[in-house]
Amino acid sequence: MTQLHPILGLELAYWQETVIRVLLGLVALLLLTGGVVYLYLFKFVSFMQSRLGPMEAGPYGSMQLLAEVGKWLQKEDIFTEDSDKFIFGIAPAVVLASTFLMFVVIPAGPNAVVADLGTGIYFVLAMSSLSVIGILMAGWASANKYALMGALRAGGQLIAYELPLVLAVVGVVISAGSLNLQDIVAAQATGEIFGWSGIGNPYILTQIVGFTIFLIAVQAELTQTPFDMPIAESELVAGYQVEYTGIRFLVYFIAEFATAVAFAAIASTLFLGGWQLPTSWGLGTGTMHVVGPMVISLKAILLVGVVFWVRFSLPRFREDQLQKLAWKVLIPLALANIVVTGVAKVVF
Amino acid sequence: MTAVTDREKLAYIAAKAADARVNVELETEGMILNMGPQHPATHGTLRIVARLDGEQVIAAEPIAGYMHRGYEKLTEVRTYPQITALVNRIDWLGSFANEVPFILASEQLMGIEAPLRAQWIRTLLFEMSRVANLILFLGDMGVQLGAVTPAFYAFRDREFVLDQIEAVTGGRFHPNFDRIGGLKDDLPKGWLAETKNVMVKVRRFCDEIEDLFMNGEIFAARTRGIGVIPADVAMQYGMSGANARASGIDWDLRRDAPFGFVYPELDWKVWTHPDGDSFARFWVRLQEVRESTKMIDQICDGVPGGPIMAKVPRIIKVPAGEAYVATENPLGEMGFYIVSKGDLTPFRVKIRSASFNNVSITPWLLRGVYVPDIITILASLYFILGDIDR
Repeated sequence: MTQLHPILGLELAYWQETVIRVLLGLVALLLLTGGVVYLYLFKFVSFMQSRLGPMEAGPYGSMQLLAEVGKWLQKEDIFTEDSDKFIFGIAPAVVLASTFLMFVVIPAGPNAVVADLGTGIYFVLAMSSLSVIGILMAGWASANKYALMGALRAGGQLIAYELPLVLAVVGVVISAGSLNLQDIVAAQATGEIFGWSGIGNPYILTQIVGFTIFLIAVQAELTQTPFDMPIAESELVAGYQVEYTGIRFLVYFIAEFATAVAFAAIASTLFLGGWQLPTSWGLGTGTMHVVGPMVISLKAILLVGVVFWVRFSLPRFREDQLQKLAWKVLIPLALANIVVTGVAKVVF
Repeated sequence: MTAVTDREKLAYIAAKAADARVNVELETEGMILNMGPQHPATHGTLRIVARLDGEQVIAAEPIAGYMHRGYEKLTEVRTYPQITALVNRIDWLGSFANEVPFILASEQLMGIEAPLRAQWIRTLLFEMSRVANLILFLGDMGVQLGAVTPAFYAFRDREFVLDQIEAVTGGRFHPNFDRIGGLKDDLPKGWLAETKNVMVKVRRFCDEIEDLFMNGEIFAARTRGIGVIPADVAMQYGMSGANARASGIDWDLRRDAPFGFVYPELDWKVWTHPDGDSFARFWVRLQEVRESTKMIDQICDGVPGGPIMAKVPRIIKVPAGEAYVATENPLGEMGFYIVSKGDLTPFRVKIRSASFNNVSITPWLLRGVYVPDIITILASLYFILGDIDR
């Protein structure tokens, strides 16, 4: 089966096109993750904490991440004696796979998506919860009490915050009338605010409650402060990561920040208009092939900034307080949001 | 009072019996969690062995002694002037404050009193070491609760205080500056004005910590009602310093036994808090830093002229006798009990350091709390390992 590639005008087999899409997706993912780590974890946070951050490797320390990766690759890959070697070894891969699978359906342009699934948004959320399995595997296989406690905390927390995450999305799905991410983007770009179409209708305006709940739940899904009980470095040392070294730790590191980018990209797709600029601005599809990826990257990077800003400002909750917040505040609020959105959809 | 019928009594007993049976059938083994000696939350090498049921602590035991350096014994083979170099390594964050009670006890035995200027400067440096010490506590509490940023602010502003201490004594951490009968040197020129500038920075840091950190809801949720020590329990365990004052015990040796200091001439206040929880301990220390900066400002304005050293024999031999002097150190009451037989060296020295008593309460306090609260409570009790093990 051959098809004509819409941008390049090339005749490509399905497998060729898929390989190109996956490779481009991977490159974009790693570049964005690296950029975010440098921009926020190294620099933004350093300036918040009245220090300079890395300055030696490359201009303004911009090559620091490469140095760090090089260091991790050289470290010995330690397996503790009592650990379940096989499970311990593949757990990071499971976590990373969950992250990569999330990127499959996120659109970055009219055609820049690996697989344009009809149920896109629920595919993303389902894949994101796969990482729990990897974390529980890591915690159990490490044969370490701290790791086990961290993994169990992570299990409880990630499952508790799946619900508000999904429920917050339902409001957007009702408004757009579709689960497909491309349709949700299109609905925002062509939307109107009481007849005015100057900026389209990004759902952050009507779904501000959903957006806030989504961001809070994302913070918890990423196990970032104030919800970083599973890795709480001052009590559980590093939770389920405590026995990992070298390349396996690097995989956790990449997965953590790539997931942050993925969730930020999803949030900007759902609430900030995604890759699309408002149609009233009159940019053609051809232009958006080029501009679209930049637009969504910019939005995603800004949202990751919010995640890090919160992470380095607040202390962390206790496990029971965190569960209370999810079950007693966020979930009822998200349900109320769905009801209000549904009523508004029927009325207007 | 509502009357309880026999029927309700029987139902209650039956329910209890059912519970007991379930417990026997489904009995699970508790987990023993060993925190330390190497653990990020223990400020050194305190080891806590906690028996857990899930995340709840059933029993916890602190084990000290991994850093015991035998200072009480070492003092017996050192002359009196050499001992200050040892003792300022006990509480290494407020080193100058460790020297003072030892020097005061020795002066008491010898019947010497330091000149007025030396007493004022001693008080000044004593308070500066308190500021340097407690600033780090204020930042470190954030690290223990998961907020890293306050710690960096604490290190930034503590550096200014340490610079001032270094300018006088030549040592950032271990001044070794106090002498029997006075001080080693006088203050450098222009130092007092600069110190007042630094105190402005410290006060700004206190406001920052209060705004950014202490007034947050998460901080309140993590600390309010956690690790409550009633006043009578605090007394029984011999707690002192800010830990006792946070339980509502109005006891401050600076006000109540200011021997050798100039505290009665300064305008300041002893802060107490009725709650006795972790929040109260944080709050009291925050207020104490503010009071200390006020005192330092007053001392900078009021320090009199004159000599800084009394007439002391060249070779110091302390007459036979016994003396105990305790001072209000940053961590609490620190006392030196010196027994002299008239030699160049003391015959026996017993050091009463605050952290040892403050940490002794942990088995009582940690019963029934959750694992994250262990960290909160230990951080709010604020101990320095060197001060526990000596």
